[in-house]
Amino acid sequence: MTYRTTALATLMAAGLGTAAQAEVEIEYWQYFFDARVEAMEQLIENFEAANPDITVTMTHFPYADYRTKVAAAIPAGEGPDVVQLFYGWLNDYVEADLIQPLPADVFPAEKIDAEFFPMVQAMKDGDAYWALPTAVRSLALFYNERLFEEAGIEAPPETLDEMMDIAAKLTKRDGAGNLTQVGITAGMTAQDHHWWREGLIRQMGGEPYLDDYQTVNYNSDAGRAALDMYTSMFTGDDAVTAIGFMDEPQAAFKAGRAGMHIDGSFRIGSLNGTRGLKWGVTELPATADGTRSNYSSYWVNAITTKAEGEKYDAAVKFMEYITSDEAMQIWLDVVGELPAKPSVGLTEENANDATFGPFIRGLAYANTTKFANESAQRQLMVEMVERITLQDMDPAESLAIAAEAEQKILDEYYAD
Amino acid sequence: MQFYRNLTLRQKQIAWAWAFLAVPVLFYTVIRFYPTGNAVLISFQEWNLLGSRTWTGLDNYEKLWNDPEFWTVFVNTFQYLILGTPISLVLAFIIAYHLDKLRFGHAFLRMLYFLPFMTSAVAMAWVWRWFYQPVPIGLFNNLLASVGIPQVEFLNSVDNALPSVLAPAIWAGLGFQVIIFMAGLRAIPVSYYEAARIDGVGWWVQLTEITLPLLRPTIVFIVVFSSIGFLRIFDHVFNMTTNNPGGPLNSTEPLVLMIYQTAFTSFDMGYAAAQTVVLFTILLIVSLLQLWLLRADR
Repeated sequence: MTYRTTALATLMAAGLGTAAQAEVEIEYWQYFFDARVEAMEQLIENFEAANPDITVTMTHFPYADYRTKVAAAIPAGEGPDVVQLFYGWLNDYVEADLIQPLPADVFPAEKIDAEFFPMVQAMKDGDAYWALPTAVRSLALFYNERLFEEAGIEAPPETLDEMMDIAAKLTKRDGAGNLTQVGITAGMTAQDHHWWREGLIRQMGGEPYLDDYQTVNYNSDAGRAALDMYTSMFTGDDAVTAIGFMDEPQAAFKAGRAGMHIDGSFRIGSLNGTRGLKWGVTELPATADGTRSNYSSYWVNAITTKAEGEKYDAAVKFMEYITSDEAMQIWLDVVGELPAKPSVGLTEENANDATFGPFIRGLAYANTTKFANESAQRQLMVEMVERITLQDMDPAESLAIAAEAEQKILDEYYAD
Repeated sequence: MQFYRNLTLRQKQIAWAWAFLAVPVLFYTVIRFYPTGNAVLISFQEWNLLGSRTWTGLDNYEKLWNDPEFWTVFVNTFQYLILGTPISLVLAFIIAYHLDKLRFGHAFLRMLYFLPFMTSAVAMAWVWRWFYQPVPIGLFNNLLASVGIPQVEFLNSVDNALPSVLAPAIWAGLGFQVIIFMAGLRAIPVSYYEAARIDGVGWWVQLTEITLPLLRPTIVFIVVFSSIGFLRIFDHVFNMTTNNPGGPLNSTEPLVLMIYQTAFTSFDMGYAAAQTVVLFTILLIVSLLQLWLLRADR
């Protein structure tokens, strides 16, 4: 699974013995995803053309093995010089001494603060950045154009109230009152927990966390309002959706049985290939006063503690290239993930792109949750809703339980 | 070679025996005993897979004792066992008992019962998951809805989810148990039944006085085997609830799934190892208890 893209060039240089500069070979690791590997191959090719004395070897693993392999390799002095990791793992990687901060002379914090979308600042510790993304993701509202047309709806919703009205029009039931088509999908197991945390709560005037995401702050009026707004979609006689409808939200939308669906930019690829589905996408709905908020996540690249001496210098150069405007445009074109810098994302062409535009515009008001344990924290949101729907618990009580449980996870994580 | 030649015949036999035994011994040491020992070790440590391991003494076990999720999971695990083992045992016996008497289509029916056992548990779990969905895609609910009966929430219900997950697991294991039972039934000498018939004994007495007592070794095997299977249930639960593993509200979560979640989504290896040690202990106790209870000379 190792690609030596310039094996031939290396061989020739070695054979002729004329290499004036020392050849440096650095390793790059990422998890396996077709488009990501393809994009990285292009980036490596361009980088090597510009830096003939550096060879970059890419290795990729199935996602499931990724963390274990990285953890085993780096302390043993093997493995990558530049590594890709999920932003949420940063703390673990820093604590385990697997990565080192980016050099301040090449990556000055003020410059990055100014050039990248603001949520990237989650990767900053004091004056140094630990890691930087090539691309980022955000949420938007997908809608089914056929169903919209059929119901005589002309434009996608701008506000949450409009969204609920449209959802009501798109909801269909059979004679017994069973849902056969939902206005909008729902389910905290998908992306809704991000929408609720960083979207709805902030839109209701709240702040989901304090102290750099170490203190839960959503057990508040805003949190309650956000939860009520969310549960109103699937509770009561006028419910416009049901949790678990057609098993998974994205399945319902793909099958054309859901009018609207909130999901990340990474969904574009799989929706594009769906036959018979005509879809559009728009920014997440605002509140009546126009407040918007979004969630962004990303994978970052970092230099590992293994890289030293000339390998370190080569790794820095490589990092510089893969966080450049050119690399970001390639990543957008090949993978479909959004550029991490406004200078690339907000170009006339990208920001007004019918598909990518809404996601890119969303980045301007996006926040990134610093998770201690994303799946456990998501699970609490799932259970918060289940207590209300399956056990008829009072929403305020369920919200309080979730907040307390999440605080416990954060406390445990930040205790040491 | 000189050394080998000087050995006695018996010593040579022993040497050869060990030479052949070395392969499985080595295999078991590397693949079984070393990881088992390591798991016990990790259960006293804190380790997130990335950093170094640090000793924490009994912290992981203390955390487990005070974790309400663990107790829910503990109860669930035994629910799988207490419901699963007797139901599958009785069903398998009834099927085997009657199948044994059947001549016409015997092989075909046996094949049908065995088929689910050969099917991939993952594929089966997903098919059943879709059977259980609400209208408009769920087979069962579509049937109910078509005759005007209100929908049943199978998986999306705190009360129904566990039996719903268990049902396909029982069905999947049934074929194997039926085969074992049939082998047991065939092993009972026909002469006993002939003698009984000559004495004019009815089928019920034959069943309780001849068949069941002589099936004891078979029953012991199946009970132990299926108990361990139900205590370790994982693939059915995981695949039927992937969106919300062990849900809703942990109502279907067995111990193995909790271990998996702790280890590979929370990366809390120490805590997961502690759960593994507890599972190991439970399995050991249950197996020994059953062997003792069903011992022939008791």
